Amino acid sequence: MMWAIVLLPLLGALIAWLIPDNRRRSFVLPVFALLHLVLTLTLLAYTPPPSPDGWIYLDALGKLSLLSSSILFTICASYAVGYLNYRRLRPNRVLCTAFLICLSAMTLVTISQHLGLLWIALEATTLTMAPLIYFNHNARSIEATWKYLLICSVGIAIALLGLFFLAYSTIVAQQEVTLLLGSLISDASSLHPGWRHAAFIFLLVGFGSKMGLAPLHTWKPDAYGEAPGLVGALLAGGLVNCALLALLRVYQIAIASTEGALFQEVLLVMGLISMAFAAVFMAKQSDFKRMLAYSSVEHVGIIAVALGLGKAALFGALLHMVNNALTKGVLFLSCGNIHRAYNSKSTQFVRGALRRTPWSGALFLAAFLAITGSPPFGPFVSEFIIVSSAFVQGNYWSGGLFLLFLAMIFIGMASTVLPVVLGKMPKDMEKTPYRDTVHTVLPPLLLMGVVLALGVWIPAPLHALLTEAAGMLGGGK
Amino acid sequence: MNALADQLLVLCLLLNLAVLGTSRLAFSVRAVALQGVLLGVLPALIHPFSWHLVFIVVSIIAVKGAVIPVLIIRAIHKADIQREFIPFIGYIPSLVLGALFTALAFIFADKLPLAPEHEGLLFVPASIATVMCGFLILMGRRKAISQVIGYLLMENGIFIFGLLLAEAMPVMVEAGALLDLLVGIFVMGIVINHINREFSSLDTSRLSNLREE
Repeated sequence: MMWAIVLLPLLGALIAWLIPDNRRRSFVLPVFALLHLVLTLTLLAYTPPPSPDGWIYLDALGKLSLLSSSILFTICASYAVGYLNYRRLRPNRVLCTAFLICLSAMTLVTISQHLGLLWIALEATTLTMAPLIYFNHNARSIEATWKYLLICSVGIAIALLGLFFLAYSTIVAQQEVTLLLGSLISDASSLHPGWRHAAFIFLLVGFGSKMGLAPLHTWKPDAYGEAPGLVGALLAGGLVNCALLALLRVYQIAIASTEGALFQEVLLVMGLISMAFAAVFMAKQSDFKRMLAYSSVEHVGIIAVALGLGKAALFGALLHMVNNALTKGVLFLSCGNIHRAYNSKSTQFVRGALRRTPWSGALFLAAFLAITGSPPFGPFVSEFIIVSSAFVQGNYWSGGLFLLFLAMIFIGMASTVLPVVLGKMPKDMEKTPYRDTVHTVLPPLLLMGVVLALGVWIPAPLHALLTEAAGMLGGGK
Repeated sequence: MNALADQLLVLCLLLNLAVLGTSRLAFSVRAVALQGVLLGVLPALIHPFSWHLVFIVVSIIAVKGAVIPVLIIRAIHKADIQREFIPFIGYIPSLVLGALFTALAFIFADKLPLAPEHEGLLFVPASIATVMCGFLILMGRRKAISQVIGYLLMENGIFIFGLLLAEAMPVMVEAGALLDLLVGIFVMGIVINHINREFSSLDTSRLSNLREE
């Protein structure tokens, strides 16, 4: 059952590779993504016990990550049919195949309890994303792909060194070598402190660069700016969540050892720096897709701050992980539509999207309000939990800076988004065949509905899942 | 056997400096490949015989010593470039920095204790020094192929450390890591090919369209 959910997308990838017809091939995506979602929901309801060697198990953290990734992939896959229809001339065999392999690798990340296996799967997601970013095959996209590939490969290699250090700390402590999460957590405090310390630093830098925590975020604006909107959604929602899950596994080990407090402090500082970077660079963006990349830097920053605060903020961090993934999906898909309609992503030319593409324009505006933390959307709830936890803990500096950066980002982002959506349409607009259709509007609309629903009411099973997952990070104490 | 292992590790360190000091790409690739072969031999010297070990030795030599160098040499021929011109960090400064990093690696490694069975081996400083030299090449060179060589050197450094764990790591993890590395280099090769076609040069400093004003 567990292996089925990993192998299913791979089967889909094989089928997508074999179908010769460019138009029919794209239909493979929604079929397999939907099957994957059904399997995910089944696994969430009836979780099988851990595999005998303890490598594979879907725990609460994995469940959250799997659920949000699977929903996002399903939405993106259904959107892909409409999108690829507009890009009929561009071959999409590589895109469809890599999309499904990536889904498989992400699933493996969420269910693996062995850090070595998790690393391999994470590296696989990095590699499969490269051809997706390069979909447009032009000079700008190759530059973005190269930067992404190099920085993420180096980052993930550093994380591997960190894992080796962690494994070696068990040898030095005269225990049996293991990278199984469970035994590492239970023996965390008896591991050799020097090696453990070095391991945490390397793992934080490695997974942090893949997540895009500042100052390791430099690949993000290029990759998000040049990739198709659909791929941007997967990067900002799926890939970030996988890297975050890897970081959470390290966090689990850190808080079980004596170094939890230090690890949290570093996360808090890195998170605030990320938010500061985002606030500064958001302000003068003339490219609205690059702006979304800085928004992604901001939100990994928010999650890092919440992890740094600990206690009640952990619930907020996990809720924000789900909210951010889903809202980023709406943002990237709707902004991809606007990009298609104007054939430009510069705010100089793109104005008045509400008239040119009413649905996409409205969705973009709504998603902007949601991601900046306006009620009644999901991110408002999670950000509110995090801020209030900061003040309850008496951490006024962090809480104050957090609010200040949020305000700066709101203003910066509004100064880009509002003209794009509400401004006056330029007269000499390029004529493009793009019109809002059911295929390209319904998927993000559905997702927006989920984001709105999460802001109003968190279903009981999800609440239980979040509480259990927060407990695994030490939030229950 | 440990003395021999240490001598091979010193050879690895010298190869780092050789890569740092040369402008010829094909020579760098061969040096990194030779380092890969040494990496394959090393575990055989420090661990007792087992089939698991044979698998590791064979796969490391095959991947790092043969397949990856062939992939890169082919990319060099396709792009028709032999040398790195005007790197960001010159060859002499690179060598000096490389030597400095190697010295620092020895100091750093002194702070971290080894398990009793590995006492007196140079694995930790060799690994850290190689990773640092890889970084130096990644940052100091312009050509995309040089950057791939830097990345490979870094990976070699990480593998040197991994050899200490060669016995303990499950086969699946090792095979997976090697496979990921291989696919990574393969993808990089394809991207290099496209960079070459798009810019008619492999100079990554020309990749500057996306720079923030």
